[in-house]
Amino acid sequence: MGEKILMKGNEVIAEAALRAGCRHYFGYPITPQTEIAHYFAKKMPQYGGTFIQAESEVAAMNMVYGAASAGARVMTSSSSPGISLKQEAISYAACAELPAVIVNIMRAGPGLGGILAAQSDYFQATKGGGHGDYRMVVLAPSSVQELYELVVEAFNIADRYRTLCMIMGDGMLGQMMEAVEFKDKEDIYQADKSWAVTGTEMKRDHNIITSIYIDPEVLEKHNLKLQEKYRKIAENETRVEAYNCDGADVIVAAYGTVARIIKNVIKTAEKEGIKVGLIRPITLWPFPAAAFEKYAEVPQAFLTVEMSSGQMVEDVRLAVNGKRPVHFLGRMGGMIPTQKEILEKIREILK
Amino acid sequence: MRETQMHYCPGCTHGIVHRLIAEVIDELGVEGKTIGVSPVGCAYNNYLYFNCDMVQAAHGRAPAVATGIKRVHPDNVVFTYQGDGDLAAIGTAEIIHAANRGEKITTIFINNAIYGMTSGQMAPTTLIGQVTTTSPFGRKPELHGYPLNVCEMLSTLKGAAYVERVSMHDIKNIRNAKNAIKKAFKVQIAGLGFSIVEVLSSCPTNWGTDPVNALKWIGEKMIPQYPLGNFKGKDLEV
Repeated sequence: MGEKILMKGNEVIAEAALRAGCRHYFGYPITPQTEIAHYFAKKMPQYGGTFIQAESEVAAMNMVYGAASAGARVMTSSSSPGISLKQEAISYAACAELPAVIVNIMRAGPGLGGILAAQSDYFQATKGGGHGDYRMVVLAPSSVQELYELVVEAFNIADRYRTLCMIMGDGMLGQMMEAVEFKDKEDIYQADKSWAVTGTEMKRDHNIITSIYIDPEVLEKHNLKLQEKYRKIAENETRVEAYNCDGADVIVAAYGTVARIIKNVIKTAEKEGIKVGLIRPITLWPFPAAAFEKYAEVPQAFLTVEMSSGQMVEDVRLAVNGKRPVHFLGRMGGMIPTQKEILEKIREILK
Repeated sequence: MRETQMHYCPGCTHGIVHRLIAEVIDELGVEGKTIGVSPVGCAYNNYLYFNCDMVQAAHGRAPAVATGIKRVHPDNVVFTYQGDGDLAAIGTAEIIHAANRGEKITTIFINNAIYGMTSGQMAPTTLIGQVTTTSPFGRKPELHGYPLNVCEMLSTLKGAAYVERVSMHDIKNIRNAKNAIKKAFKVQIAGLGFSIVEVLSSCPTNWGTDPVNALKWIGEKMIPQYPLGNFKGKDLEV
């Protein structure tokens, strides 16, 4: 491993992207993720890359569409309301099978909401957001170190499958400073991008990047091809951390920064003789249903904790499939669930 | 151009404009390094007609998509092909900011004063009094505002190097159009900034007229609202 430095989550995202070979970033300012753009604005010239502060999130994501069509490793970032604006081009890029990385450092909604941390964009990220039958890989890091590693991995996954890959953090993760240890050299997947528009040089037939298929039979065939790709991604790229689950009285499902709170709850509960397990989805899509199936009959009950009104809990219930009760605890609006209230909820469940 | 039958209606001038662009690309010897961006609208699938690499963009977003392409391949020639619904309505932000950034791309802007593909709705470019499916009693300024003069507006921007309006209504003007398109591409290749050619075009199907009268209508009705000529970059030596 290489140097270890203290850095802010948002800056680590940009640094990781540069290390992953990303030389094109298009964005628009929005709190609490703007430091990503600041970092790129400063660093891109040294790398001979492109930083554009676009006129809108809509334009930024369409610039990503263009740069990805041209074969580049490309990224955009935003926070919840801005991610809503990107949905048009996200759907188009999914259909045109363009690889790109999108970062959502979530804030509380709906609407303009607030600028503090939340996890209320789970549905938007994992169930569509844009129109049509598409998926994108959604990675949910829970520390700054993992943020770095998953950003690099996001570019590899995007290129490997010609897919969109989203990093879902929350305002806390973007704003917190932690020690991060960078590798001396990144493991970069070298993709064949002979499909990209680069100019034919009169040596090949023209390449076309499109998301329109007027003939219904052709469009269905294209959709089937996309679904097959998503199946492969689900098979190969599902990531999860199962912690302390064997023999647990209650298994908590949580992702991102909330999972860190749960790890502290696990220690406190242990003193009371309660064994709490944690299943932490690292990929929100594909959802690690198998981990829940594996432990479905271990605890007395499951508890999902989110900074939302209850979004991931729906997937947890589907995966547990009625074998055990699945409870929910959520805070909204930028409020963070406390260890105390989580522990009280666990006690109540076990009564 | 590719050996493909086009899908355009009789009397539509999209095909002529396609041909002019293709001739210019050939004459400049840049086919192998040209990347085009197709719009949403009647010309949505013109990626099937051009022999160069092509990207199909969302409605109005072609200038942003072209920006992404050009920043990755600065030595390539990148053009967008957009209609008036695409460029002058939903894509106003993208075209203004691409021009204002001085993106080294070329836009061919088809102005036929109507939405063609969705069956003849009012466009920002629709003339006062013009009957469309969404202005059935004619365009009224107090209800619908005024025709949008894109070239006049874009020519105020420093990043726009070359701005010209041409017309398809007769042979002389078609020749002028080709010269303007060629100059617009040359301005891009010379790295001077953004270039755009607005092309007054016919839509006999949605205007409810025949091809000959459609061309006459351009000359008599459209040109008074959209005067032809150069708005910027006339004296650029390229």
